[in-house]
Amino acid sequence: MSACDVIVLGAGPAGASAAIEASKAGLNVVLLDAGAAAGGQVYRAPPGSFRVTDAEAMGPDFAIGDGLRQELAASPAKCFFGRSVWHIAPGFVVRAVFEGNTEVYEAPTLIVAMGTHERVIPMPGWTLPGVMGLAAATILLKSQRILPGENTVVAGTGPLLAAVAASILKGGGKVAALVELSTRMDWVKALPSLISRPDLLKRGFGWLGELRAAGVPIYRGHALTAITGDAEVTGVEIAPVDAQWRPLAGQRRTIAADSVTIGHGLVPSTEVTRLMGAKHEYRHEQGGWVALRNEDFETTIPNIFVAGDGAGIAGAAAAALRGRITGLAVARRAGRKIDASRETTLRAQLGKAERFGHAISDLMQARPGLIETMTPETIVCRCEEVTRADLDSAIRDGARDVNQMKAWTRCGMGPCQGRMCGEAAASLLAAVQGGDRSKVGQLTARPPLRPIPYEAIVGQFDYADMELPEPQPG
Amino acid sequence: MFDTAIIGGGIMGCASALELAEAGMSVALLERRFLASSASGVNAGTLSLTDVRAALVPYALRSVELWRTLSERLGFDIHYREIGSITVAFNDREAEVLRERIAAKAALGIAVDIINAKRAREIEPALCEDVKLAAYCAEGGYANSAATGRAYRLGLIRAGVTLHEQAEVTRIERNGDGFVVSTANGVSLNARRIVLAGGSWLGGLGKMLGIDFPVHWRVSQVSVTERMKPSVSHVVSHAYGLLTLKQSDNGTILIGGGWQGKGDPERGPAEVLPQNLIGNLRLALQTIPALQGTRIVRTWLGLQAHTPDAMPLVGPIPGVENAFILGGVRTGYTCGPYVGKLFADILLGKEPELPLFHAPFNPSRFTAPSGNERLALTA
Repeated sequence: MSACDVIVLGAGPAGASAAIEASKAGLNVVLLDAGAAAGGQVYRAPPGSFRVTDAEAMGPDFAIGDGLRQELAASPAKCFFGRSVWHIAPGFVVRAVFEGNTEVYEAPTLIVAMGTHERVIPMPGWTLPGVMGLAAATILLKSQRILPGENTVVAGTGPLLAAVAASILKGGGKVAALVELSTRMDWVKALPSLISRPDLLKRGFGWLGELRAAGVPIYRGHALTAITGDAEVTGVEIAPVDAQWRPLAGQRRTIAADSVTIGHGLVPSTEVTRLMGAKHEYRHEQGGWVALRNEDFETTIPNIFVAGDGAGIAGAAAAALRGRITGLAVARRAGRKIDASRETTLRAQLGKAERFGHAISDLMQARPGLIETMTPETIVCRCEEVTRADLDSAIRDGARDVNQMKAWTRCGMGPCQGRMCGEAAASLLAAVQGGDRSKVGQLTARPPLRPIPYEAIVGQFDYADMELPEPQPG
Repeated sequence: MFDTAIIGGGIMGCASALELAEAGMSVALLERRFLASSASGVNAGTLSLTDVRAALVPYALRSVELWRTLSERLGFDIHYREIGSITVAFNDREAEVLRERIAAKAALGIAVDIINAKRAREIEPALCEDVKLAAYCAEGGYANSAATGRAYRLGLIRAGVTLHEQAEVTRIERNGDGFVVSTANGVSLNARRIVLAGGSWLGGLGKMLGIDFPVHWRVSQVSVTERMKPSVSHVVSHAYGLLTLKQSDNGTILIGGGWQGKGDPERGPAEVLPQNLIGNLRLALQTIPALQGTRIVRTWLGLQAHTPDAMPLVGPIPGVENAFILGGVRTGYTCGPYVGKLFADILLGKEPELPLFHAPFNPSRFTAPSGNERLALTA
């Protein structure tokens, strides 16, 4: 058992920043992350065996990430990587698996910075080899320098589309098409909020310029209605959508491709705050359910704080600022002396960053009509092979809540615990209840938070030494 | 005006509602969340006769007969699998408890045999070599408890039961000889008689009638592995009742045994206790070595009603005419369909096949008979 003042879960921009600030203010901080190094998804470090010879060619995120990693390494925070957290008890006692064994960490304060996961509303063929999420493609491209395929369709919503497509071109790959659900008008409407970050806006326009220069076909206001192929991807079928992103009938077009990357926005990862019983509210523009929190980012469970995109999607810049503010707030509340004017400055910067981040997040969020890309035969829950028809049948039988749907169909019962299918299932349930996602509830979080090896829970034991409880009444 | 309003949509409430409605009564069923969303929907699905308390064996035996045709009756497959059960002991003390308990149950009519370790491993090759003694029963098995709510929902609607889900009862008032039942979501209905079948929430419901039932709760943990190749073909349990284990059709192995987590009726099931998870999984691994190398995907909890003597609370509520209680049945999932039928038979004025409102179950054992009407007359 390792005891400290604060445990930070997640070493992305939010968690790393929180750990830096809290530890520099004098608190004993332990930072746990499942990855091999700090940086999270956006600032992911290349594998340890890679040597970066041209840092500039790695793009601006690499430099920011490297700066963050150096600052964290220089801070007094104790970082433990390769730790997969599987249980947290009140108080707080954190259990994490490292190299097949469970380690226990204890602290009176918990900062949860678990980031996001990607939403994909399925369509026929999305389980074929050669199809991956935009987030997964980003990891491959950014960290591993691997192309998703030879000729890739990039589809879905948000700025990741152009970023991934531009990275593919830069890596020498071909982009068969960029298929975006938002229209040019959606982007124009968001512009006033986006102007707050001219640097990022410029970067976005830069990506689009590169795509145009390479002659990549761009379809706006279109959905992927099917991915074709028997054993692997051979192409996609697309259709224009209405304002609610419902594909319009009879206007299909096909595009040949050997790979597809797809994503419909990001969802805050709330499994820890759900597990701990914190109250959440549904905020569509922030990606979905988020933990209720006060101005210090403390949840409704005292001494559990939530930082970064896990507290509502606002982007990497806002995540880092939220992390710093949370770290300072935790130190202040623990009676440590902090620079109050710095906190004020950070809060002002956060306002600006969140304005940009929320506008982008709002653009990314899937609209209700998109569920129509799921045909009755489409597999929604890959772990348990549950189709849309299975879910529709449960709805006809009276399912109204996501946990009830899970019990009735097994959708979300598999190893991913609903990370892949939860959004699609909830959207289908909401569609029969006036589209109100808050009515269908949240999946209950269960330990272990990720599937873990049996031996990592039970450890070494000898039955003869086990003290069994009293027999149950006979 | 309903003939009967049943408060609580667990297996007891559902089974009685089905029997009453099929016999022609007008029945309303009120459930605070969804049908079978607590103990009846999250238990490990064990329906093995050897794991039932001796006093409940006659009921469990007849209930298994009903389980065999329940899917057909309700119109939805609950995956009842009659795979039999094998109960193990690893040392002398455990063997002694096993012999004693099995003898008591065999005397009540269960076809169960004490077998040696060699025979046990012939029947269930997945068992570990350390088994000292075992008991084998070919009857009983398991069902998919998660499907209970869906199946009963379809059956109850077809039988004409008026269902109110997400309808937490907040008030019960007298209205002449009957009652007015009101819920948090604005439902208010009249019924000639009421049945409290609220499981772990029975204490709160009793208070609405001015009665203090000593109903507490247990918070049992259940875990499930990832899918494995077929390796266990019986319900496997332990002499002390601290393990139930079975492999579902989809290959996952469910591990339970009543190891406790934390929670209460207000918060619901809240906290998995790691030391109890570890204990449960160690006992499972000791019993079935094939679990080595698999992964645990999920551990969950469910509130189960519990009484001080671990015996059911079934019968008329003393001092409140036309009000009944039905709950606190340990292994209630196994016994539910039959206990519901007996309960309905009594309400329908039929002679029950087995006694139900009798001494070990009757709620009067906890409430001093005063003879006074406890509930204020508001009509």
